[in-house]
Amino acid sequence: MKKNIYKHEFKMNLRSVIIWSIAVAVLLFVYISLFSSIAVDTELLNEMLAEFPEELLLAFGMENMDLASVLGYFSFLFLFVQICLAIQASYYGFSLVSIEERELTADFLLAKPVGRTQILTSKLLAALSGLLITNIVVWVSSFILVEIFKGDRTYDTQALILLLLGLFVFQLFFLSVGLVISLLVKRVRNVTPYAMALAFGMYVLSAFGDMLGESKFENITPFKHFDPGYIVQNAAYNLPLVSISLVVIVISLVGSYLLYARRNIPAPV
Amino acid sequence: MSVIEVNELTKYYGKARGIVDVSFQVDEGEIFGFIGPNGAGKSTTIRLFLSLIYPSSGSATIFGKDAIEYGPELRQDIGYLPSEVFYYERMKVIDLLKYSASFYEQDCTERLHELAEIMELDLKRRIDDLSYGNKKKVGIVQGLMHQPRLLLLDEPTSGLDPLMQRKFFKLIREENQRGVTVFFSSHILGEVQRMCNRVGIIKEGSVINIQDIKTLQSDNYKKIRIAAEDLDEAKFEIDGVSNLQKSNGAVRFFYKGDINQIMRKISETEVSDVTIEEPTLEEIFLHYYE
Repeated sequence: MKKNIYKHEFKMNLRSVIIWSIAVAVLLFVYISLFSSIAVDTELLNEMLAEFPEELLLAFGMENMDLASVLGYFSFLFLFVQICLAIQASYYGFSLVSIEERELTADFLLAKPVGRTQILTSKLLAALSGLLITNIVVWVSSFILVEIFKGDRTYDTQALILLLLGLFVFQLFFLSVGLVISLLVKRVRNVTPYAMALAFGMYVLSAFGDMLGESKFENITPFKHFDPGYIVQNAAYNLPLVSISLVVIVISLVGSYLLYARRNIPAPV
Repeated sequence: MSVIEVNELTKYYGKARGIVDVSFQVDEGEIFGFIGPNGAGKSTTIRLFLSLIYPSSGSATIFGKDAIEYGPELRQDIGYLPSEVFYYERMKVIDLLKYSASFYEQDCTERLHELAEIMELDLKRRIDDLSYGNKKKVGIVQGLMHQPRLLLLDEPTSGLDPLMQRKFFKLIREENQRGVTVFFSSHILGEVQRMCNRVGIIKEGSVINIQDIKTLQSDNYKKIRIAAEDLDEAKFEIDGVSNLQKSNGAVRFFYKGDINQIMRKISETEVSDVTIEEPTLEEIFLHYYE
């Protein structure tokens, strides 16, 4: 790791990290503050849910969700937090290395007396630090907001902690997969469509997988590995599925290092 | 001692040709000109030296070490100025230069300010507020401030006004006098003629000639113009004559060979005027690209 690259990368990324963190915290606030009004009439709510088509409930992972309980409601809104954080992590993954080629600064950096492995490690650590900051903001604000709005209800603290800690690995999946894809293609001209495609693609896979019933394919998406409904109900991770995430992360990272070490940097003109 | 040694270096981009079987050496302390039109492979060669790209086959050694394997270590002593400079747009010039300096073992602060003063570069401005020429100055400062032993210049003067070009050349000459080896790629022959000791000519990915610049200019070709009444240009169609043209009652051609032979031909004619001069590098160059 080169300290100077890490510092530079971290600074360049900081504004984006702060904006994402605040945006997700605001999203949490808006959703959780709705809880107290929703939870007032539990019966009405469950009646309403019963009227919904089953496919819709499946798509949002709400098939056996109790919206009237604190964590039941929280796991429902947690899906939106996951989608946001998936986009953020994908975005960082896709742009980690490609930004230097797109903004043509790769020549500057790579002509310096530093190896590619060191560059990639420093950049990865800087991105991870950014994600960690976002995670901490989400963890802390979730706890505070749940405590404020739970009223006199109780909830399983362990389930909430597991739900929140899983976010980091969840993001690591999108970061590393985004990175390896950006190195597999010749040139990433615009990061946004790639990041959106990866994040929503994985979400849709998980949602459709639920609707279509038994299918092995949906098991590649981290939305399944860290399914909030499962974690809240069981107060535990679905370990076989979580380990799929871990394997994908390791393969993507190793692949990224190999690809980047031999990458031909296109000339600016 | 050779500072750069290139052995049958070949680079293909997929199927597209970069350079093919390029071999040459650059000696310590010389200014080596590398000349060719756009797309001939000049930048490809330099990018291979910096391991920005990897060779398809062949190798390049710098200071006696393989350019790929020892890349990071070698780049400690290499200064690079690309033809197009791009930096992190949101940074201030001084912050960018400090970031650049942080990669090198020695303290570059003093030299940084010295160079910025010579090049009249405002250190407080943001990169995205700079004109192209000013960005180029940033490039010059960041390429020279760590006092490299080898300079790789890739069409370095594009975007610099004539005054700055002169300052830049002076700077490069001073570096060279300190013992710095310079690899100078360009398609502008005049500047190569002024700066370089030896020149390599690259065409369509292959080096077609490497010569001492003085040899290239004087020993080979003479540019001859003969003015006379009723001149028959066919008379001069002998071995060694090329580009024979007649216009305005004068014959012009290039001659390569025994100078006495052409002198005898001329003395057989009743002439009103004769000029014999060194061809410019431009003219020699065009000859190679015919």
